Amino acid sequence: MSNLAVLPIALPFLAGIIVAFFHKKLIAARIFSIVASVIHLGVTILIFLQVNAGGSIVLELGNWEAPYGIVLVADPLSALLALTTAIIGLAAVIYAPKSLSELQEEFYFYSFFFLLISGVSGAFLTGDLFNLFVFFEVLLMASYGLIILGNGKAQLRESLKYILINLFSSMLFVTTISFLYSVVGTVNMAQAAERVGEVEQQGILTTIAILFFFVFATKAAVFPLYYWLPNSYTVPNAVVSALFGALLTKVGIYSILRTFTLIFNHELTLTNTLFIYLAIFTMIFGVIGALSTNNVKLIIAYNIIPAVGFMLMGIGIFTETAIAGSIYYLVHDMIIKAVLFMLIGAIIYVAGTSDLNKMGGLIHHYPVLGWMFFLATLVLAGIPPFSGFIGKLLLLQGGLAQEEILVVLAALISSLGILFSMMRIFIKGFWGEPDIMELPSQKPSLSLMTWPIGLLLTISIILGVGAEWFYPNIEAIAEYVMNPDLYIESVLKE
Amino acid sequence: MEIIMSVLAGILFMTGVYNLLQKQLLRIVIGTALVSHGAHLTILTMGRLKDGAPPILTEGVENYTDPLPQALILTSIVISFGVTSLLLVLAYRAAQINHTDNMEQLRGNDYE
Repeated sequence: MSNLAVLPIALPFLAGIIVAFFHKKLIAARIFSIVASVIHLGVTILIFLQVNAGGSIVLELGNWEAPYGIVLVADPLSALLALTTAIIGLAAVIYAPKSLSELQEEFYFYSFFFLLISGVSGAFLTGDLFNLFVFFEVLLMASYGLIILGNGKAQLRESLKYILINLFSSMLFVTTISFLYSVVGTVNMAQAAERVGEVEQQGILTTIAILFFFVFATKAAVFPLYYWLPNSYTVPNAVVSALFGALLTKVGIYSILRTFTLIFNHELTLTNTLFIYLAIFTMIFGVIGALSTNNVKLIIAYNIIPAVGFMLMGIGIFTETAIAGSIYYLVHDMIIKAVLFMLIGAIIYVAGTSDLNKMGGLIHHYPVLGWMFFLATLVLAGIPPFSGFIGKLLLLQGGLAQEEILVVLAALISSLGILFSMMRIFIKGFWGEPDIMELPSQKPSLSLMTWPIGLLLTISIILGVGAEWFYPNIEAIAEYVMNPDLYIESVLKE
Repeated sequence: MEIIMSVLAGILFMTGVYNLLQKQLLRIVIGTALVSHGAHLTILTMGRLKDGAPPILTEGVENYTDPLPQALILTSIVISFGVTSLLLVLAYRAAQINHTDNMEQLRGNDYE
């Protein structure tokens, strides 16, 4: 037993509390936050290496034995996602000072930021369903604080809807957990998996599974429950949108992946058919949304939805290749969504507008920004050899092997749509004569913004070009995820 | 007893959802409070309601009340209390700045 598994939760949590004491001293707060994020990243790298070398790290909190107490499980999947979270956190904290106004920074941005990271890491690492609900609430509470930072008219209006939908789905989550508790008598994931397996997931358990799916699908923005996402991800500051787009919906997808590979994996024909059809609609409707608007930030926000569809497709196909594709795509999408929202933040910062029709010729003034955006577009759309391609290739391979032609077609069409929606931003915003837009004569410096974007983009490109190095690891994780007995054994030690 | 409690939780959910679908902001906030009460009662009921059975304090107790749902409900109450108070403040502020508490007028398509 090792206490390592609690550090990705405890470190940001403590950092968030400590930084609240000197929230008005910005320089100190910035330096402290960067140092804390670097330490957090170091810890998650250590966990990742240790998990890959010696198997899952299971921590029984308070020394209560596994099914009775709360367990934290750093298995290969959650260690990988916690690592990705830490990378994005570090980039966001470097990007934040340039993107936020000083007033916004002073009003507890860093505290909320750290609590969000703590909640997300906790949701990835916990091995207990009720604890998952608690960490959902921790990250949602922090996100409520972040989304209203700035106190704008539209912000208040949209955050109200965001909070309401999340509150309702959280209450449904608790109710569903209590249903599951009354049937199997436990909230520990490993023990629940074992007991659901013993009774071969009879009728009522499948109903509970669908209720769980409904809750997680609301958080992950799956069709038809995505309507709350685009507007509420558009209104906050760019760095906040980057954090939301990169982390929050992915927690929902991770929860679907976890519960349906571990616990409810006996009634596959029903749930997987449902997933595949919902994935088709999610991809198509998301892309239509992305093509329907001229607001650059809204285009990126809509682009989250088809990505969710891709990951759900992998879970629906449910073969090792497809799950590997989903996991690869999950990591890729976390990073690239953060990059895109940060890039869009930089574009709005220099252009002074988010309306595509009022932009043009930006590449003459900001060539680095332009080329980074172009590269990010290629990565997102899945042009080989970038990381989006590897994930999609695995997903499509898995889909064709299972003869799910419809979902494969939908995936290909929506990929084209994604490429088109992104190219529109590039063509309208960056091409054209240099004097189309009136830019302020004193060009604002972008160096602090481009550094974190460049860092994430490099990681994303390495993830694609160096797929040879990462693929065996992802494949091992997929194999592990498809073998729930390994998880159960590591937690219950039987 | 469990059936009566389940029906009560159902009624709370029903009235809560009805209030959630109203246009007035304050009614919606009350709706969320009712839904969370319904959820809490469900948790309590799902652990079986036993009359007069003590919690486990000494070894060898045969008839006892399940302590887990009570731990869960406590956590859940605290969380929903926090969210409801935040929601009240936010609803007040949103109504003040947008000059309306009618959800129909809070739709909006402007992002600035």
